[in-house]
Amino acid sequence: MSTTTLAPAVSNPPARVADVWYPLRRSAEAVLVPLAALAGAVGLFSVFLLALGQSPLDFLDLVWRGAFGSWFSVQNTVQRASPLLLTALCVAIPGQLGLVIIGGEAAIVLGGLAATVAALPLIHTAPVIVWAAMAIAGSAMGAFWIGLSGWLRAKLNVNEVIASLVLSYIGLALFNHFVEGVLRDPASLNKPSTYGIGDQNMLDTVPWLDVHPGMPAGIAACIVCWVLIYRTGFGFASRVTGGNIRAAQLQGLPVTKLILTACAIGGGCAGLAGAIEVAAEYGRANASLNAGYGYTGILIAFLARFNPLAVMPMAILLGGLGAAGGLLQRRMGLPDATIQVLQGLIFVSILASDTLYGRFRWFQPRGTA
Amino acid sequence: MPATPPTHTGISRRTLLQGTAGVAGLAAAGLSAHPAKAAKDLVAGFIYVGPKDDYGYNQAHAEAAAMLKKMPGIKVVEEEKVPETDDVSKTMESMIKLDGATLLFPTSFGYFDPYMLKTAAKYKDIQFRHCGGLWTDKNPMNTGSYFGYIGMCQYLNGIAAAHATKTKKIGFIAAKPIPQVLININSFALGARSVDPSITTTVIFTGEWSMPVKEAEAANSLADQGIDVLTCHVDGPKVIMETAERRGIYACGYHADQSKLAPKGYLTGAEWNWITVYKQFIADEQGAKPLPNFVRGGLAQNFVKMSPFGPALSEAGRKNVTAVKAEIVKGGFAVFKGPMKDNKGNVVIPAGKSYPETAVELESQNYLVEGVNGAIA
Repeated sequence: MSTTTLAPAVSNPPARVADVWYPLRRSAEAVLVPLAALAGAVGLFSVFLLALGQSPLDFLDLVWRGAFGSWFSVQNTVQRASPLLLTALCVAIPGQLGLVIIGGEAAIVLGGLAATVAALPLIHTAPVIVWAAMAIAGSAMGAFWIGLSGWLRAKLNVNEVIASLVLSYIGLALFNHFVEGVLRDPASLNKPSTYGIGDQNMLDTVPWLDVHPGMPAGIAACIVCWVLIYRTGFGFASRVTGGNIRAAQLQGLPVTKLILTACAIGGGCAGLAGAIEVAAEYGRANASLNAGYGYTGILIAFLARFNPLAVMPMAILLGGLGAAGGLLQRRMGLPDATIQVLQGLIFVSILASDTLYGRFRWFQPRGTA
Repeated sequence: MPATPPTHTGISRRTLLQGTAGVAGLAAAGLSAHPAKAAKDLVAGFIYVGPKDDYGYNQAHAEAAAMLKKMPGIKVVEEEKVPETDDVSKTMESMIKLDGATLLFPTSFGYFDPYMLKTAAKYKDIQFRHCGGLWTDKNPMNTGSYFGYIGMCQYLNGIAAAHATKTKKIGFIAAKPIPQVLININSFALGARSVDPSITTTVIFTGEWSMPVKEAEAANSLADQGIDVLTCHVDGPKVIMETAERRGIYACGYHADQSKLAPKGYLTGAEWNWITVYKQFIADEQGAKPLPNFVRGGLAQNFVKMSPFGPALSEAGRKNVTAVKAEIVKGGFAVFKGPMKDNKGNVVIPAGKSYPETAVELESQNYLVEGVNGAIA
């Protein structure tokens, strides 16, 4: 915003106060700009499809049917979106401080492993105790692992992008080492796994909806994180730090503590995602945990511009594309990479749309003229 | 392009099959299924964990699926790059609900438990057959598994490698130290040592089923050590074959025919021949016969096959491979027979004991045989 628009506003306060619709228009901007970007991406993708000799209309129809067109499709979409909510928060929360954490994958697998190890001595107690232990152990492990990247950043000024990426390779290697070594159930011959937590301790799907139990946990986490970021002192301090770290330091904000806390919260979310995957799906830790949810989470967090509430629709969008991807392969004979092309176009176009904010006067505060 | 794997070899494979005893009856039944009676086509769904043009595990299945597509009375739907997560349950359900599939082939090992078992319990009228060989009678009766004894082909690869190597050092790039992989490594090493006991096999584990960067590094590292024949057990052997060719050394294929990737150095290869299995299942389904739950076969049953010989394999090598193959097809051939030591000097099979390819004891194999450089975990 330029100073020329601000100056009269300051000299004439009543005019600003009169603009009661401004908050609504500001929200509209936050919704319309990404939608326009999405439309742009679909437009570009249509050109790509035409070049392949395929019909964009058939494509859109199949995406609709595969992702949202029936109750089964909606379940399929929500199912795929569920684990992504928590992994996107692993990027979005540190992102408030201007940190780019891309090592969520290791927090998931190590979180899942820690949760399994915590559950094993307790399997003959009550399921509630097992779940509590798993949630605590998983989150703590994830918080520790991503916290390491934060600590390196805050104390040693190591670039957190590199640190979290390299630590994620180390985390995956450690995971394989334990699962294929000391923690391996000798009966798991061709798919090395830890011992199981027992059928009685498995999380069921959400009643009536028949979707992944990660969904309510993910939604709750998104809402809590939104409150944390936009309605608390910690969130305000984090956003100030993210805006300008020098200014934050000059103001006396505890930057190191903020970085460590944000990384720990983000990592805790990813670790919890790992714990839920184990309790809901595998019942034991094995290579299936390493399914790329951490990487898709990065994409979603960027698409949501690190806003925890916006993470939800973006996760649904990518979950829907994943659900429709199968139908596209089967009906149009398109390779799986087609959906990746579309995802890439959406990603680029939503990132580019960042420059559109504040460009349209209609969305701006009125009463300045 | 939405790559359909090369199918021009289909005719010869089919003719080959028809001429083979045992399976031939079933295969012929599959070919002569009555399209007139089948008002509705049978819809079969194939699910792959990686790309279907990976020159490896997934392509081997996709090639068979492409052959099925040409048969009357059957519609094939395919989905590639489906991870071993709950995604695969949803893919199976989607094929059942949106495509009307009644026979599903989830082909990756990790799809079995819990995903396929759970989905099968939910859809009792649908038949599920899984590649990997885990089925027991405790599992739902509408599920089953199939697999091939491909270790024998790796034994033949080893014989071919022994005839080609000049340094007496050959190499194996493996994904994970699990029994299925160890059988292949040991068979390859034993095959080579059956020709020349002084040959050593060096193994490198990459830790992942598909990690092309590590596979290329491993191939280069083995070539640097003076190893002059490579084979592997990873999902997509593409980069290994290409690296071997670029380094001017020999290669033996795995999973599918990779001769195009290494036209000079490709000796032969251990390949799946899944069409045999799929035709059998489809013939049963179309004939309204109960599908078998546990299917296994080797070279004799045409579940696996060898790639055509490459130009680099000598006449003596070809003769040796062909002779031993004939021996295997006759039946009763045992690669693992006592006395046998592992590479730490412990006796793993006592004298007088022998395990043919069908022996269950082999499926918990946890050692590398004498003559293999490398360690498990």
